[in-house]
Amino acid sequence: MLEITQLCKTYATGDTALREVTFRVPRGQMVGLIGPSGAGKSTLIRCINRLVEPSAGRVRLGDTELTRLHGRGLRQARRRIGMIFQEYALVERLTVMENVLSGRLGYVSFWRSFTRRFPGRDIENAYRLLDRVGLLDHADKRADALSGGQRQRVGIARALAQEPELLLVDEPTASLDPRTSRQIMRLLREVCAERDLPAIVNIHDVPLARRFVDRLVGLRAGRQVFDNAPDALDEAALTAIYGTEEWHTLHADADGVEDAPARPARARPVEVAS
Amino acid sequence: MSAPTAYPSRWRRPPTLIRDPRWRWALRVGALGYLVLALGALELDAARIAEGLERGAHFLRGFLQPDFTSRWRDIQQGLIESLTMTLTATVAGILLSVPIGIGAARNLVARPIYLACRAIVALSRALQEIIIAIFLVAMFGFGPFAGFMTLTFASIGFLAKLLADAIEEIDASQSEAIRATGASWWQLIHYAVQPQVMPRLIGLSLYRLDINFRESAVIGIVGAGGIGATLNTAIERYEYDSAGAILLIIIVIVLLVEYSSSHVRKYLQ
Repeated sequence: MLEITQLCKTYATGDTALREVTFRVPRGQMVGLIGPSGAGKSTLIRCINRLVEPSAGRVRLGDTELTRLHGRGLRQARRRIGMIFQEYALVERLTVMENVLSGRLGYVSFWRSFTRRFPGRDIENAYRLLDRVGLLDHADKRADALSGGQRQRVGIARALAQEPELLLVDEPTASLDPRTSRQIMRLLREVCAERDLPAIVNIHDVPLARRFVDRLVGLRAGRQVFDNAPDALDEAALTAIYGTEEWHTLHADADGVEDAPARPARARPVEVAS
Repeated sequence: MSAPTAYPSRWRRPPTLIRDPRWRWALRVGALGYLVLALGALELDAARIAEGLERGAHFLRGFLQPDFTSRWRDIQQGLIESLTMTLTATVAGILLSVPIGIGAARNLVARPIYLACRAIVALSRALQEIIIAIFLVAMFGFGPFAGFMTLTFASIGFLAKLLADAIEEIDASQSEAIRATGASWWQLIHYAVQPQVMPRLIGLSLYRLDINFRESAVIGIVGAGGIGATLNTAIERYEYDSAGAILLIIIVIVLLVEYSSSHVRKYLQ
């Protein structure tokens, strides 16, 4: 269970990114965080694992108050939180295996990681995860030899190698084609379900979000303006999050891809993802 | 359709750097006037130029008939000294530059460490090799040890600065991802920073090796040993044929190092 209480962030430049954001994510729930660019989505998930320092408010993961931690305590908390990034953020010159094993860095000593002598259990688990994301044959390739979708799978395997209690996912599909985007979202859904993992997914593709997440939180200018099931995201809610637009033209299959049955355009005012 | 508006058909780029035309002209006239005065102060003298060219022709005749044999023993010793100090100074320079370069990268360390390391780099870069060599020869006496110290010190300014700049330009998202796994600072350096800057560090080290060899020939002239000392002696004895041989050897070695280092760098990329 993740609890965010009145989280605020004002950058040194004076820009306020978050204004008293409060919500909880229970186990196994996948929350989509939507909102226009600059609404504070990235800041919010980075405030949770303290890659960005929040200005005020609290973040609790299980029994741990994350906002109070420093040094070793913070590193030990970070290893419980897996993070998946927009541009994959793999270390490109390392092999796929090293990238997955880097998810164990918080658990092993510097010398073990320096000499690449990770515990056998970690290595076995890394192979299992690579098999799970369908990249077992690519373990010894360099990360920059993979395609976008494959890299994001490595990113997911790295996050899962941490054996996390929470997944933070920052725009996982922003640089992927529509079909790969869906495959990645489906994979995220599945791994969260398998492990009963809570997840916060930053996503700007509203139809894709509606299709795959359990719940949507909408941010606008750092303020929480929506928090409900994807079905409840109607035109009024979209206007509250993004501003005025002809929302009835937005429908779930706007990105037109493989496994969705063809639907007549504008069949309903707001198409709700199945 | 509304009536066509008359748009201008001529356009000139507006001045962006200095807007006031009076300032522009004042600067132009000032620069030209300074150039004329400066040339006047140099006391250009046709007779001296002619004399110098004649002496140059004398050098050239000597260089065209290089004499490798009569001073071969001196040349050989100078070369061995130069190559030894080049290699040892480059290795020592790399070993010292890596920690200083990491410390001089703004994105990795606290501000006091950053400032201290940048100060070391600035000091090393401010002093040209010859000036350092003059000091160190005075401290440690003539010979290759002073040369080794000089080249090591100069390598730090070069390698640590360029390594620090390379570290500051790395892809921040990769280090963010490693930090997010709960990695310690040392693990961050080893997993996120080192893979990104390693090819650059190797390339810079090879480049520095070739600079150090050329510098070893220069600092020999002020007493820091090596092939430069041999060259200096040859010129002082008016043995331009031996000097020509030494210069040819230096050119060939620099070309070899340059050629092989560019090969290695291409392989790394």
